[in-house]
Amino acid sequence: MLQRTKGQKVFAVFNTIGLILLSIIFILPVWHVAMGSISDPLKVAASSGLILTPLGKPTLGGYRLVMQNNSIWISYMNTIIYVVASTTLGLILNILAAFVLSRKQLYFKSFFAFVVLFTMIFNGGLIPTFMVVRDLGMLDTRWALIIPGCLTAYNIILMRTSFSEIPEELYEAARIDGAGNFRILWQIVIPVSKAIIAVIVLFYAIQVWNAWFNASIYLPHADRNLYPLQLTLREIVLLSSENAIVADADGQDVEIYRPLIKYATIMVSVIPMMVIYPFVQKYFVTGVMIGSVKG
Amino acid sequence: MKKNTSAVGEIKVSRGRLIKRDLRNNWSIYIMALFPLAYFIIFNYIPMGGILMAFQDFSIKKGLWGSKWVGMEQFIRYFNGPNFWRTFRNTLLISIYGLAFSFPFPIIFALCLNEVRNKKFKKVTQTISYLPYFISVVVVVSILNDFCKANGVLTQLAAAFGDTGGALISRPEWFRTLFIGSNMWQHLGYNAIIFISALAAIDPELYEAAVIDGAGRWKQTLYITLPGIASTIVVLLILRLGQIMNVGYEKIILMYGPTTFDTGDVISSYVYRVGIIDGNYSYSTAINLFNSVVNFIILFLGNTISRKISDTSLW
Repeated sequence: MLQRTKGQKVFAVFNTIGLILLSIIFILPVWHVAMGSISDPLKVAASSGLILTPLGKPTLGGYRLVMQNNSIWISYMNTIIYVVASTTLGLILNILAAFVLSRKQLYFKSFFAFVVLFTMIFNGGLIPTFMVVRDLGMLDTRWALIIPGCLTAYNIILMRTSFSEIPEELYEAARIDGAGNFRILWQIVIPVSKAIIAVIVLFYAIQVWNAWFNASIYLPHADRNLYPLQLTLREIVLLSSENAIVADADGQDVEIYRPLIKYATIMVSVIPMMVIYPFVQKYFVTGVMIGSVKG
Repeated sequence: MKKNTSAVGEIKVSRGRLIKRDLRNNWSIYIMALFPLAYFIIFNYIPMGGILMAFQDFSIKKGLWGSKWVGMEQFIRYFNGPNFWRTFRNTLLISIYGLAFSFPFPIIFALCLNEVRNKKFKKVTQTISYLPYFISVVVVVSILNDFCKANGVLTQLAAAFGDTGGALISRPEWFRTLFIGSNMWQHLGYNAIIFISALAAIDPELYEAAVIDGAGRWKQTLYITLPGIASTIVVLLILRLGQIMNVGYEKIILMYGPTTFDTGDVISSYVYRVGIIDGNYSYSTAINLFNSVVNFIILFLGNTISRKISDTSLW
């Protein structure tokens, strides 16, 4: 490596310090919530700064309160159902569309591509889409959170780009062996496309896991039994209907640990993501990079 | 009808026969296409037809075919109403400020990260930078609320600099700053990925040649690194321009309140309030259509200008 000049060394030091500070800023808000959730509730109520270490004697009282609450568990299960069902359906449709778009010499291919791409720059908007979901009879059912939005043009293009890189000879060989398109897709394309499938599954799954808006408009009269986690979270933390959470709990605990409810609820919803993301982030990077090739 | 066969051996086939042959050879591919096609027709194209209700006084009982047509009345009502200017201005301001602040930082972050020699440090920093991206918008707004309540961290910080107005979250003059700031926190690392990979794709020989020519790090950055990622920057900028009227309304709805409507209420959040909360379907659809059309025009203009001056364009 070339010798660095003095100026470069000074820059490297400042650069490193700057990046470390930035990393701290990325982590700090979540850290604050994590520490707040196990702090002494009285001290949390009185504190006005960043909580860097647990205030007072660490306690799991806030979590106990959250655990006692059925609506959290029900919405957790609901979210898992929505993530699995919507991602599976989206993935199947996505693979089919991407495969069609990666095939050559199709008379209607440019028409099909247009139908897909046009949805990226124009849509019917909130109310007309809502009306369609309503007319399909999906309101206040799980289907409203599984089917609408399960397929996006961007992810199709991403997968198409990846499928197009499969060498044509593989198809030719299979065709000579008498394989039809369904078999080619199943036995050739899918086995060599595990990486892009992982990327797409993650894109869809994270999207559904974090979604709250559709649930808030498509479940207008439903009781909480259909709520996804994010909507329950919104009720408890943002709309401050703490009653939603204290309903099932022991009265004394509620009075004591009330200040911890929000922090503990946030943590319960964030922890799975925080555990999973370092392992899956490389797929995200892959996905963004494939996207950048095609623009 | 004349026969479509020429003498030179090149066979011209009529369109009908071409289609027939295509369908015979590729029928199974078209069956595959039917499923995603059905999805897009039901959830994207039928709603586009529903936009017609923007020109009606739509009533659920009568449906799209029975409702009264009112022409441009809904639009005129919006343009003349008190909410037009407020929502239009807020949408543009949040978008433009957002673009001005949140567009350059991922590039700067990528450039800084590119200068780091220690691979492990680089990787750890990059991984940490994605963390906020994986957090849901409900949680981000929850944390923001906590930081900006009367005795929250950010409110206290502002107070230390002489601010005396109390909880930041309920004050209109802070809304845009908090909205854009938390967006940047959440998306900086993710938005930097594309630039980091563009930087990695620059040919190292260019740098070697520059060093031989006596160029320092700064000159290398100026003459090799930046031109190397310029087309990525332009394409992303056009894409962002195409989204300029699409402020993240899901987050706005979670964040704003009657006290911050003055600076926080944007077109799409107004569309939501009018449509979903008040059930004013035609009016809501008309406002949304106005939003889409403006958006479309900006995207088109941005792309045309870019093609003229830099040869980089989306189409």
